[in-house]
Amino acid sequence: MEALDVARWQFGIVTVYHFIFVPLTIGLAPLVAIMQTLWNVTGKDHWLRLTKFFGKLLLINFAIGVVTGIVQEFQFGMNWSEYSRFVGDVFGAPLAIEGLAAFFLESTFLGLWIFGWDKLPKKIHLACIWAVAIGTNLSAYFILAANSWMQHPVGAVFNPETGRAEMVDFGALLTNNTLVAAYSHTISTSLLVAGTFVAGLAGWLMVRAARSSELDLARTVYRPAAMLGLITIVLAGVGVVVSGDYQGKLMYEQQPMKMSAAEALCVGEEGASFSILTIGDLSNSCEGVRHILTIPGVTSYLGTGDFNGYLPGVQDIQAQYAAQYGPDVDYQPNLAVTYWSFRLMIGFAAGSAALALAGLWLLRKGRITDKAWFARLCLVAIPMPFAAASFGWIFTEMGRQPWVVAPNPTGPELIRMLTQDGVSTSVPVGEVLASLLTFTALYSVLAVVWFTLMRRYAALGVAPAPSDEPDDGSEDSRPLSFAY
Amino acid sequence: MDLPLLWFLLIAVLWLGYLVLEGFDFGVGMLMRPLSRTDTDRRLVINTIGPVWDGNEVWLLVAGGATFAAFPEWYATMFSGFYLPLLLILAALIIRGVAFEYRGKIDDDTWRARWDWAITIGSWVPSVLWGVAFANLVRGVRIDADHQMVSGFFELLNPFALLGGATTTLLFLTHGAIFISLKTDGEMRERAGRLAAVLSVPTVVVAGVFALWAQTAYSAHVWTWAPVLVAAGALVGVVLMTRARREGWAFTLSALAIAAVVVFIFGTLFPNVMPASNDPANSLTIANASSTDYTLTVMTWVAAFMTPLVLAYQGWTYWVFRKRLTAAAIPAHIGLPLRDESTTSAP
Ligand code: HDD
Ligand code: HEM
Ligand code: HEM
Repeated sequence: MEALDVARWQFGIVTVYHFIFVPLTIGLAPLVAIMQTLWNVTGKDHWLRLTKFFGKLLLINFAIGVVTGIVQEFQFGMNWSEYSRFVGDVFGAPLAIEGLAAFFLESTFLGLWIFGWDKLPKKIHLACIWAVAIGTNLSAYFILAANSWMQHPVGAVFNPETGRAEMVDFGALLTNNTLVAAYSHTISTSLLVAGTFVAGLAGWLMVRAARSSELDLARTVYRPAAMLGLITIVLAGVGVVVSGDYQGKLMYEQQPMKMSAAEALCVGEEGASFSILTIGDLSNSCEGVRHILTIPGVTSYLGTGDFNGYLPGVQDIQAQYAAQYGPDVDYQPNLAVTYWSFRLMIGFAAGSAALALAGLWLLRKGRITDKAWFARLCLVAIPMPFAAASFGWIFTEMGRQPWVVAPNPTGPELIRMLTQDGVSTSVPVGEVLASLLTFTALYSVLAVVWFTLMRRYAALGVAPAPSDEPDDGSEDSRPLSFAY
Repeated sequence: MDLPLLWFLLIAVLWLGYLVLEGFDFGVGMLMRPLSRTDTDRRLVINTIGPVWDGNEVWLLVAGGATFAAFPEWYATMFSGFYLPLLLILAALIIRGVAFEYRGKIDDDTWRARWDWAITIGSWVPSVLWGVAFANLVRGVRIDADHQMVSGFFELLNPFALLGGATTTLLFLTHGAIFISLKTDGEMRERAGRLAAVLSVPTVVVAGVFALWAQTAYSAHVWTWAPVLVAAGALVGVVLMTRARREGWAFTLSALAIAAVVVFIFGTLFPNVMPASNDPANSLTIANASSTDYTLTVMTWVAAFMTPLVLAYQGWTYWVFRKRLTAAAIPAHIGLPLRDESTTSAP
């Protein structure tokens, strides 16, 4: 086993894991902020109860996002030190700014929000949760600026003397069109995740309340929350599709290999179709790939905006890259992974779509529902966009291979790096393995704890209204109600 | 001013902020069990840092990110070189962070006891290892001509470095005990105040020996005697002030002592960022490890704009939560029962 392989597994596992929790934080923080705003504006009790209910779930989730993020900050230096030397002049800046501009903001104001319920004036307390929401979204922007640069390097030149990439235009980094696309896609994804989470939970709790004849609870508390979630799903869903389409276009220009790999398109084709199912051995050989169940023209449309557009095949691009970047390298990403992860990303969106259709129909014009099948649909839908987001990233990152910094076809010469050249050369394989095992073990335990807590706190439902309580012994009216 | 030099100073400031702030967090975590008699005590102790520990930890993240941006060579060599200690620190910070957040979520003694161990271990390990790592930086590590650090893990555990680990641990213990006495009232304040007075004595001794050793053996500058003397003076002040129960002064002085130690460490490194013990020609220096002037200029603007803002709102947080906590103000448990008897079944 080589250090390279272990380091790649380590990086992939740790980062995918981080991004299971992150989209929920990014999307749920603004939704909780909206709930609290609605409470402030309307004075309606149920928005406060919902704020606290979803706020608690946000905190349980946030904790894991934070601790897994710490690893991210250091692992470039630990496992990818040659990469860090090569890109640090460019790549380090957005990372540092992310900490300075975003992490300070979110962590400080989250502390204020958790512990400030009865210490801060109402409006300032509300501003705190908005600051958290802004912070999480800012952090996504800067980290994606770093990542988009790896997908499509701009604003930098290669310095032959030092042998590294050097930044010449920071503005270009921050306005990289790859970043614009990735940011809109990731933020809509996060809102889709959170909208599905809110709609799914509120829908499930509504059915439960309706079935135990708490019709009032179902109508006045869970219905508005479910509607908020459903509307979020619709808006975010549009955003996901529009931005995803834009990403497809950019990919065609910037990383044609990834686009063709996504379709396991071996030889160039006009009017390339989108296949729903493909059989044959996809593991990096073009022989025996057979597309069945295809929709004509769709892949060409995604890449070129024209149903009859020409898409080059993987083998064509391989030949072109071999001439351009040197022979002896296999420039094809793993076809099976790119092909299936692309489909799973899109396919898993079906969960949210089904929930939105069913929910908006059942809840139309002030209705509530007690249908058991709807409750089941809610539970099934919640994890699906999480899975879609993970597969989207697996596609993006695995599709970029063998590059860690993909060459920009119209950009500066020599700013490119193969993943195999980025790995730390001084770290023995045993140490990398130790870190792979440590994090995997730790993260597995944390996943169980996270899931258990989320499930149990979700199943509680909202706390009783303060006025229903016999005395002030309710959790909400106590000092330090969110205290540890 | 020379930009790489400015960023060397800024990174020193970030580590200073980190070790002063998270220093007391670690102290609080290490002392949470020994200082407490009841579970309410423990929660009281944890809540003293409840609103701020995460913000304090971000100082570390920014120090890491700033090192990456301003000194990529340093970032790459140091973190790949200190691989295993860093791995242990990261694992410790992970369990510690979730422990704060999750310990109260289930109302069960075993559950809480497990997380208490996570807090304890998660606070001890980084306290010791940061000292070990920084002492090794001061002492110099073996670096080859390609800027790869080649010292193995066990080489890092030399006597000087272990003494460095003991120094940071004692500093943080004292700092944390003082912090608890400053932030609580009643019996806990008494207990923490007494403990701080006791801990301050070995802290002076161990830190003193470490500083003398470091200064005489590894510092090329005469002026680094200044932070040594400041740290020593501050720590003697801590001994006196903890005895007199002047908590505010004691805390100021213990913060000053930690700050002086950080100044000393970065002072001895200067003009290197990672001195090579095998061959000085291989050392990473401020000049040869830094980013380009363009990148540093961008970063300087961002830092000039953001840092005052961050300091303002972090300072404000401490102001909002300035009141002392008492055991009486800790609410009853709000966690769920361990067994799930409730209505989680499908409707
Ligand atoms: C709920 C999650 C989700 C859903 C339903 C979709 N995506 Fe997506 N997609 C992501 C979540 C995601 C992601 C995880 O957020 C990625 C990874 C990198 C990125 O920027 O977004 C991504 C990447 C990504 C990329 C790769 C960009 C690159 O490699 O540079 C493309 C081309 C698309 N998406 C296109 C689409 C299209 C056309 C969709 C539907 C019609 C779609 N995505 C639905
Ligand atoms: C949060 C979403 C992300 C996920 C789920 C993710 C996941 C992955 C995966 C699956 C790989 C491929 C592993 C392999 O083929 O070996 C990879 C590679 C990589 N990604 Fe990401 N990534 C994400 C975001 C980022 C960002 C934001 C950055 C940079 C700031 C980044 C930097 C890298 C690097 C350096 C590699 C190359 C190392 C390797 O091949 O393992 N990733 N990532
Ligand atoms: C698309 C990719 C990523 C996004 C959108 C993202 C976003 C976020 C967000 C919103 C948080 C806040 C905490 C939470 O979510 O629970 C967070 C935590 C963190 N992330 Fe990521 N992240 C990504 C990948 C990475 C990568 C590759 C790094 C490494 C540089 C990183 C570094 C961190 C750090 C250090 C934290 C802890 C912050 C704290 O203590 O508050 N993230 N990330």
